[in-house]
Amino acid sequence: MKQLLLNGFAILILSIISLNSFAQDVDLLDLVEDKTPKKEIVKNAFKSIRVINGHSMEFLSPGTMDFRILHRFGPLNQGTKNFFGLDQASMRLGFDFGILQNLQIGVGRSTFKKELDGYIKYAPIRQATGAHAFPATIAFVAGMTMNTLDFADPTVTNYFSSRLAYYFQTIIGRKFSEGLTLQLSPTMVHNNLVPLSTQPNDVYSLGLGGRLKMSKRMAFTWDYYYLINGIEDDVNYNPLSIGVDIETGGHVFQLHVSNAVGMNERAFITETTSSWENFDIRMGFNLSRIFQIKKHKK
Amino acid sequence: MKKTLFLFALIAFVSNVHSQEKYFTKAGKLGFDATVPKSPENIDAINKAALCVLDTKTGDIQFSCLMKGFEFERALMMEHFNENYAESDKYPKTVFKGVVTNNTSINYSKDGTYSAKVKGQMTMHGETKEVETEGKIISKSGKIQVLANFNLVFADYKIVIPQLVADKLAKTAKISVDCLLEPLKK
Repeated sequence: MKQLLLNGFAILILSIISLNSFAQDVDLLDLVEDKTPKKEIVKNAFKSIRVINGHSMEFLSPGTMDFRILHRFGPLNQGTKNFFGLDQASMRLGFDFGILQNLQIGVGRSTFKKELDGYIKYAPIRQATGAHAFPATIAFVAGMTMNTLDFADPTVTNYFSSRLAYYFQTIIGRKFSEGLTLQLSPTMVHNNLVPLSTQPNDVYSLGLGGRLKMSKRMAFTWDYYYLINGIEDDVNYNPLSIGVDIETGGHVFQLHVSNAVGMNERAFITETTSSWENFDIRMGFNLSRIFQIKKHKK
Repeated sequence: MKKTLFLFALIAFVSNVHSQEKYFTKAGKLGFDATVPKSPENIDAINKAALCVLDTKTGDIQFSCLMKGFEFERALMMEHFNENYAESDKYPKTVFKGVVTNNTSINYSKDGTYSAKVKGQMTMHGETKEVETEGKIISKSGKIQVLANFNLVFADYKIVIPQLVADKLAKTAKISVDCLLEPLKK
């Protein structure tokens, strides 16, 4: 009897051992997996490099070019006579280039004041997870604009420098979740020449931009700049744009309504002359198409 | 009798631990191709950092890869792949756990090319599906190469291809596996 029990016990042990070696849920990968967390930069905080008018915390991938066509139509409140503003359009063509993961440059030309603009954008710190995680992206933008219209008064001595304006911006942005991104962008615009002596040359403002993703390919966006100085009653206003980003695969469409006409920092921050009151706003769109200039080696 | 049985059990236990021959790589190549025939745009990518472990004794074979490890020729494609299709932030990894069903007919210690049938479960995009394919196992001077090709239907893994890109992006992807495994020393 004792012998039988022992035999049975031995067989039991054997069967447990053999079962173990044939078990299906063995995790072989566990033996080789690298468990240390890796730094991963948070991407796709915005669909595009612009929230609507202002720069976003997003960067172009190195080796890509973003060709941007921007339109701002006429005032919406003129009604059917002007086909809700669609009869008139102001536009900007832009070319933006991704140089490094955190370095981007761009140039553009607007019909408004026949203005050329260019900028350089660099992020010393980007939002990341894993090792060396950081909660936000901090980026700096420095840009310049040049008005190429004929001088208003050719009878006086005009200086080339009067055509120029500069802007400097810091972007602090965070993608809180897949759905929500918010950013703050303190901006200083310096106009070399202002039309009236009462107007300041340096205008300080604070940008508030954000995105609320509605689906994988659509997002609700807003872009507001609060002017700390340089607001004159009934002359200029804080620019507010509200829009929808639609991604179609190759293109990103940014459809919006805004009280701003200008499409560079100088123009939309210091020269927004219509207000949301009385619906003196306009429809507009940004069309972005990204081209791969330098193909990624596989 | 008591002693014999105990010894037998001990031997079985010891051999179970030490005779396992495991092979692995951390640089396995997984190819992905979802190009629509005749479409000018190639939608293909390669992941060069897949994990693969093979237990030659039991025939257990397992793969895993990070979805963000797939490299595309175009940066935008890679972005869309991760954001809109694979949803890599939500489902960072794809894992396959299976067995070589004809493991006994493969002599790993002898150099040669063997055809292998593999069957198992693949978990991708939060969905687990049965995958069965035929491939090759090449044993050469102490290393084992695993080669296979199979098709993957996006709908099986609840990856939706919108109508808008249906003429560019195929509904099935061709997956190729090429892993060179080395002995795992533990």
